[in-house]
Amino acid sequence: MSAWVNKWRGALGKTWRRTDAPSAAVREPRAASPFWVMVQKEFGDHIRSWRFVILLGIVTLACIGSLYTAVTALKDGAQTIGGDANFLFLSMFTVSSSGLPNFLTFLSFLAPLIGIAIGFDAVNSERSKGTLSRVMSQPVHRDDFLVAKFVAGLLLIAVVVFSLGFLVMGTGLYTIGYPPTPEEFGRMIVMLLITTVYVGLWLNLSLLFSVRFKQAATSALSGIAVWIFFLVFYGMIVNLIGNALMPGDPSDVQGYMDAQNLLTLLSRISPAQLFQEAASTLLLPDVRTLNPFVTQEQAYLAISSPLSFGQSTLLVWPHIVALIAETSLSFAATYLLFMRQEIRSRS
Amino acid sequence: MTTIEAAEPVIQLKNLSKTYGEFTAVERLNLNIYPGEIFGLLGPNGAGKTTTILMMLGLTEPVSGEAIVCGVDATRNPMQVKRKVGYMPDDVGFYEDRSALDNLVYTARLNRIPEPEAKSRAMALLERVGLAEAAHKRTGTFSRGMRQRLGLADVLIKNPRVIILDEPTLGIDPEGVRELLALIRDLSRNEGLTVLLSSHHLHQVQQICDRVGLFVQGKLIASGDIDTLSRQLDGGPSYRIELDVSPWSEPLLTALRGVEGVTDVQLKAGDEHAEASLQSAAGIATVVVSGTSDVTAELAKAAIASGASLFGVRPLRYGLDDIYHRYFEGGETRERLG
Repeated sequence: MSAWVNKWRGALGKTWRRTDAPSAAVREPRAASPFWVMVQKEFGDHIRSWRFVILLGIVTLACIGSLYTAVTALKDGAQTIGGDANFLFLSMFTVSSSGLPNFLTFLSFLAPLIGIAIGFDAVNSERSKGTLSRVMSQPVHRDDFLVAKFVAGLLLIAVVVFSLGFLVMGTGLYTIGYPPTPEEFGRMIVMLLITTVYVGLWLNLSLLFSVRFKQAATSALSGIAVWIFFLVFYGMIVNLIGNALMPGDPSDVQGYMDAQNLLTLLSRISPAQLFQEAASTLLLPDVRTLNPFVTQEQAYLAISSPLSFGQSTLLVWPHIVALIAETSLSFAATYLLFMRQEIRSRS
Repeated sequence: MTTIEAAEPVIQLKNLSKTYGEFTAVERLNLNIYPGEIFGLLGPNGAGKTTTILMMLGLTEPVSGEAIVCGVDATRNPMQVKRKVGYMPDDVGFYEDRSALDNLVYTARLNRIPEPEAKSRAMALLERVGLAEAAHKRTGTFSRGMRQRLGLADVLIKNPRVIILDEPTLGIDPEGVRELLALIRDLSRNEGLTVLLSSHHLHQVQQICDRVGLFVQGKLIASGDIDTLSRQLDGGPSYRIELDVSPWSEPLLTALRGVEGVTDVQLKAGDEHAEASLQSAAGIATVVVSGTSDVTAELAKAAIASGASLFGVRPLRYGLDDIYHRYFEGGETRERLG
């Protein structure tokens, strides 16, 4: 792994040098490193593909839908709640009315889909089309190929997530006519960053499947299966375990708390749970803690006011780290699997 | 041939072995390929040809032994090898929604060739392989033959010293094969490229290869030029000459038998060819003379001295077909020749 980190560093160093000494670059046009050539090509391929257009369509629709929900809810809510204009801009992304999903729900639902759609055939389609062995016979490191796929995908995801986020923010601003404070803007940016990491995790998982399975359909299905598992069944399983673990004696406070803590820990293995908690904490400054229990002592004298941006970030910091760790883990698995595979034409 | 072999080999395989579990794909392979030659790796499907090629490129690791290509150990330093060696995989694939030009430029840029130069080189190569009009078409629309030719251009764009072609003629029509082979031969002769090609198509390999290696079940059972192989194949007569003479007579037979070095003279039975029967109608007989040395000139002299007219003299060679058949039919491993 350190090999490519070094190479990357080398590539970055080269770009820096180029900006340092433009005259030298003009005299002798330096060819881009194969890694960035691959990234560029992958990125181009994604943007040209139909799949991307379809994804963009779905996501845009989701954004418009969530915006509509938010605006209707805000109009109704403004009369009922009244007065509390705190974080009105942020609530555009979290409020919902009459059962329609809000922006955050849409995002947590669609993010895995974007990741899976971008990555599921990354390696196996190249293999079945016979291009993998051709590329591998060029002076290209084998890991560069995989890293290029990931980096290109992640770049694309970042572009999509940020442009959609800004689109919703812009349209929302226009519709409700209430500008965000710098803090709200900061929260949004961090939330979008977390979303990017989260989609990146799914991208990585689908890359893993695309290395493991020769058929693109199998790999897509596995990705979707994992997604559904975490979306639907994981919570059920955790509940099941929780019911079994709860102490029978209702006065056993310690036992009760231990069981509950274990349950929280278990549910936080799910990336979906991590993302949900992190994103909602950032968008709802009123969330003061993510623990299921607040003792009397902790609650006593606590000021009932929204957390500051820094404190909210601090609260979700472990979540972000855990998301990145899960991403790294699945990348490591993909990397190992890919490096051990033999590359033959079309097999 | 001797002048070529005097040079340092470009590809040196020493005791190269590869196993997949229980299955031995390549077993203790020793092979030298010299600069400028066209070497044909010949064998049935599953003989281990592709595995050998992958090991030469460092794409798969040998269990034991080493592959040295252009003086570099391919297993340890695949990058350096891949810079100098162009490889066209069997059934080469391209990015189907990109044009032929785009595909070539991409390969060039992976070899760190700056884009403007890559473009001009790609255009020149497309011209050369006869795909200039199709340069901007999507490769998804290409026929098999076009893909193969584009594959050759793709291999050449990095200016390699050695090109390795895995089954380059598979699935192309005869005319396409002829063109492709002419192109390969031309490259080898005019640009001094070393070419290694694998095939199970004997005739094609026969046309252009300087030397061939016969590969069966992971073992190289024979290698050398086609003459050597054919001579080695048949223990006794090493030279056979076919003569068309008229009229056929007993004195002529004794005269031919009397030539020094001749071991056998046989009248060729009228065969199924219409042409042959026409010839026999005109009184021309075809005889096959076997000898221990090259007696072509003496035979011609003897035939004319005995009063017959000589219509044709053809030195006969074993075709690769015969060689192939003998080796694979015999099944047993023969002594390695090369």
